[in-house]
Amino acid sequence: MTTTVPRRPQKASFRTRLLRLAETVTTPLLPEDYLDLVAPLRSGAALRGRIVAVRPETRDAATVVIQPGRGWRGHRPGQYVRLGVDVDGVRQWRAYSLTSVPASRDGRIAITVKAIPDGKVSNHLVRRVRPGTIVQLDQAQGDFTLPAAAPERVLFLTAGSGITPVMAMLRAGLPDRADVVLVHSAPTRADVIFGAELRAMAEAGALRLVERHTEADGLLGVSELDTLVPDHLDREAWACGPVGMLDAVEGYWTVNGLVDRLHTERFRPTVISPGEGGTVTFTGSGVTVEADGATPILDAGENAGVLMPSGCRMGICFGCVVPLRQGAVRDLRNGDLTTAVPGDGVRIQTCVSAAAGTCDIEL
Amino acid sequence: MTVIQKKADNPIAHLSAEDIEIIGKELDAIRDRVIADRGERDARYIRKVIKTQRTLEISSRAVLLFSLFPPAWVVGTAGLTVAKILDNMEIGHNVLHGQWDWMRDPKIHSTSWEWDHVSPADQWKRSHNELHHRFTNVVGKDNDLGYGIMRVDEDQPWKPAYLGQPLYNLINACFFEYGIAAYDLELGESLRDGRHKSPEFRARLRAVGRKIRRQVLKDYVVHPLLSGPSFLSTLAATFTANLLRNLWSHSVIMCGHFPNGVETFEKTSIEGETKGEWYLRQMLGSANISGSRLLHIMTGNLSYQIEHHLFPDLPSNRYQEIAPQVRALFDRYGLKYTTGPLPKQVASAWWKVLRLSLPNRRGKQAQSLAPAPLVSAGA
Repeated sequence: MTTTVPRRPQKASFRTRLLRLAETVTTPLLPEDYLDLVAPLRSGAALRGRIVAVRPETRDAATVVIQPGRGWRGHRPGQYVRLGVDVDGVRQWRAYSLTSVPASRDGRIAITVKAIPDGKVSNHLVRRVRPGTIVQLDQAQGDFTLPAAAPERVLFLTAGSGITPVMAMLRAGLPDRADVVLVHSAPTRADVIFGAELRAMAEAGALRLVERHTEADGLLGVSELDTLVPDHLDREAWACGPVGMLDAVEGYWTVNGLVDRLHTERFRPTVISPGEGGTVTFTGSGVTVEADGATPILDAGENAGVLMPSGCRMGICFGCVVPLRQGAVRDLRNGDLTTAVPGDGVRIQTCVSAAAGTCDIEL
Repeated sequence: MTVIQKKADNPIAHLSAEDIEIIGKELDAIRDRVIADRGERDARYIRKVIKTQRTLEISSRAVLLFSLFPPAWVVGTAGLTVAKILDNMEIGHNVLHGQWDWMRDPKIHSTSWEWDHVSPADQWKRSHNELHHRFTNVVGKDNDLGYGIMRVDEDQPWKPAYLGQPLYNLINACFFEYGIAAYDLELGESLRDGRHKSPEFRARLRAVGRKIRRQVLKDYVVHPLLSGPSFLSTLAATFTANLLRNLWSHSVIMCGHFPNGVETFEKTSIEGETKGEWYLRQMLGSANISGSRLLHIMTGNLSYQIEHHLFPDLPSNRYQEIAPQVRALFDRYGLKYTTGPLPKQVASAWWKVLRLSLPNRRGKQAQSLAPAPLVSAGA
């Protein structure tokens, strides 16, 4: 006697079958291409958002309020979101810290952007973008967040737009008894993003606020922390700001052997050593370009018309990672050389890697 | 020596090598100005065309669900025809040229786009962008000149089989998308030289088969079935829309390189060709169609064939903007800017098909006649 393995039921769900039928009608397009025309924010769509308001914060910063699509999974205070916005018709992706509290009642999220000189995207968002614009989104990312059991003594060290991830944490609220100190630097009092709200929080006793107006008083030195916040090394610290400040802070905490109590968020890559450049071939697209040692492969590819995945353009989000089939690239942040031969399966971040010889990118 | 230089009235005899390079530099400057200015306005344009096409297609198909009712049949068929033409011409052809890649929108990109056509986008891109646009009107290199089955030049010896070429051309016009698929596949050549047995060819053949199956299933099975009692009338409607789309695109494309006044070139003439000479070949090897704004959109701006061949990757909405500058350049250098209304250009192209089906008239030297590319599979 033989037995047969019972056949697994292969019935596709009603929804799947309906979708397949719809695909036979819409081919070569997909049903979603038509649905996007009427409901770009529906559940199941590629994640997008609609800008509902742009609120000026300072002379060069603004908060952009976004209604995210149904697929938005929420965020933790301190996380950032990758945002794709069309500037002069060209899609540009950048990462911005979320400044809204998670799970707000209207479901909206907010980022706060400071326009940097010649910043293509930041100037567009602060000065030109209009409510109603659809932007592309990714889910929130990043581990510059407070732990589930928030520490009772906290130090926030921020400068400029570095206040943005911290603002989300402050707005979400720390435990009642928490002892919070915020040391924030900005060129002048008027340049302090969220200045009024921070001062009100300080007045209400939620935190101790130390403002540093660098145009009048110069940059804050790490050594000044001894007098400003004598117990700073006893505190769990979060720092976000320009590269120079973060390097100094990291160095100081490392020397004191307390680097594991310091959390940092970097917004730009530190360029230390350019590679030598070389010929870059994008094997899938059949495009070959000469790239110098200071040009990220991402820029070289985009300028040659290759559809490059990209994200923060600062080496943090890994939205631009592609396989390096063979060749050598140099990390623009630390000068590290990465080499690959076929079969290695090496993947690189194109936004912070420059050619260091001939390389083949699988794209 | 080019074919045109053999002719009694060589149209470039008055140009020096320096002139040709200056023409090239002036054309580069026109291109640079467009690229520097390319931006939001252009992006808005292509998105609007795509949105219009999709809305028109879906609503026409919805109307055709009731195609038993004659007015619904007429409206739905007309709408679907226009939607298919927009898909192939102003959108598909131009997106696949990479004209919109600069927007970095993965949904509107030459590497990800697929069109309502039986030739898969990647195969069309190879035969069209890599071969036709590079070797435009070079006899023996640009397969767009006649498919290798028709007599395209007075220099080609006449055979009795060519008597049938007006008929081949008509059949090709009716089923143009299949003609293009066979052409992109290099079907004829592959069968002749035995390449059709290679795994590479078979893979491409399978891809075409899959594409045909999907297209046929959509237009001739699923959509009619969804129409219920209107099954047969919807079937007739989608067939008519495909037929009209084929006739239209065939006509537009014949006008691109075929009417009187368009030149052809010899293989040897492009050896060591400079950028200026390449531009010049595109200028003389293409012809425009004059007409209204609607006509330009419906031809995918291939009515600006000259501008398109000079700058295949500039956004199509820009061709009519630069046309006066290009034409002024032709005038300044005494070159013939071939253009005319659609009926005239179509008639001119068809007249050549008929004329070349017969042997050359006695007493006329082959080279004294205008050369005659026959059918082009794209523009």
